[in-house]
Amino acid sequence: MAGTQKGWDRNQMAARAAQELQDGWYVNLGIGIPTLVSNYIPDGIEVTLQSENGMLGMGAFPIEGEEDADLINAGKQTITELPQTAFFDSATSFGMIRGGKIAMAILGAMEVAENGDLANWMIPGKLIKGMGGAMDLVAGVQRVVVVMDHANKHGESKVLKACTLPLTGAAVVDRIITNLGVLDVVEGGLRIVECATDVTMDELRAATEATIVD
Amino acid sequence: MKKVYGSAAEALDGLLTDDMLIAAGGFGLCGIPELLLGAIKDSGVKGLTFASNNAGVDDFGIGILLQTKQVKKMISSYVGENAEFMRQYLAGELEVEFNPQGTLAERMRAGGCGIPGFYTKTGVGTQIAEGKEHKDFDGQTYIMERGIVADLAIVKAWKADATGNLVFRKTARNFNPPAAMCGKVCVVEVEEIVPTGSLEPDSIHLPGVYVHRIIQGEHEKRIEQRTTRKKESA
Repeated sequence: MAGTQKGWDRNQMAARAAQELQDGWYVNLGIGIPTLVSNYIPDGIEVTLQSENGMLGMGAFPIEGEEDADLINAGKQTITELPQTAFFDSATSFGMIRGGKIAMAILGAMEVAENGDLANWMIPGKLIKGMGGAMDLVAGVQRVVVVMDHANKHGESKVLKACTLPLTGAAVVDRIITNLGVLDVVEGGLRIVECATDVTMDELRAATEATIVD
Repeated sequence: MKKVYGSAAEALDGLLTDDMLIAAGGFGLCGIPELLLGAIKDSGVKGLTFASNNAGVDDFGIGILLQTKQVKKMISSYVGENAEFMRQYLAGELEVEFNPQGTLAERMRAGGCGIPGFYTKTGVGTQIAEGKEHKDFDGQTYIMERGIVADLAIVKAWKADATGNLVFRKTARNFNPPAAMCGKVCVVEVEEIVPTGSLEPDSIHLPGVYVHRIIQGEHEKRIEQRTTRKKESA
């Protein structure tokens, strides 16, 4: 779907999200498009990736044959360590998240509301798998950036006046990056920061259910 | 003070009762106490409640106890990888209490540290907060979560000495230390029991005060998602 929709594709959204990173930050990347952000970290910017299962300094996937069952990321994928890697237990891991030591989380969403409410963990009536670490992350980190498609598969805006799904966090989102552009959560609604390639302000407004403020 | 036992079954002897609460270490299939879970299955004990981040897969981890219907309730943050789990859950045969992952880890740590409850921002304004005490500190709202004290903790470490000092390996540490801490009794399985005095005291991850029984054994250490890159791109 991402390849055929208007504006940025998945990789362009990830590249735009990578522009949010600042030198020296410790950052947690969610599953899906946010994982791709690590491919676009700008030159001269050093960020340390946190994996909430107990690791700072996440490296690339291992070379075939060098997988280690004891070395996985929060998506349960085999990964590698870096020279600066540190390991710790889950309570310590969420201590640094809850304590505000992680500068930013970039994560996906089902819905975001104009007051910063985020829903990304359950759909009533559908199979509930659990929230994992998402509720802790959005409540604890300094800045929350959502990266997601602007509309759902029915073409309806996922950027809403109010979330319809059960929340992952209340008033937690700072910035939303979608295929159509970048929006900030501000007093009274959302402010357009930037439109995606070949997307006009009017198109972005029309595709957004949430209140846009100037 | 003998902590080293010959087998998982021996190490669990006299500790298992129906309807007990067991805290288990591990994240996904990484660092799970696979030998002790096997012995719990063989014991036939039932009505178990597990505080464990995940529920394994169908034929590995806690999944093997779901197949035999020995589990009554899970306290977990994410359970998506297990078809039999989902079948029992949807059929109402299995109770699930979802905890945010960090809240679950802290509940275990707190329980082991004599802290009966703590306040966290995690979950404020969500379903998780319903029915829980809310309290404002410095202009921010928090909810109270309870420490967990488990009847039994089952844990996997890399190395132990005979006194129970533990060293974990890489991300297989995960929930194992907090799970160990919250158990009234803690049984640990390791890949290697090393001579007491051979572990560097500054490098011990969990001191033996938390550990009551230890076994050494062969571990399958299954990989859940094998992801690799080609050598050329290294």
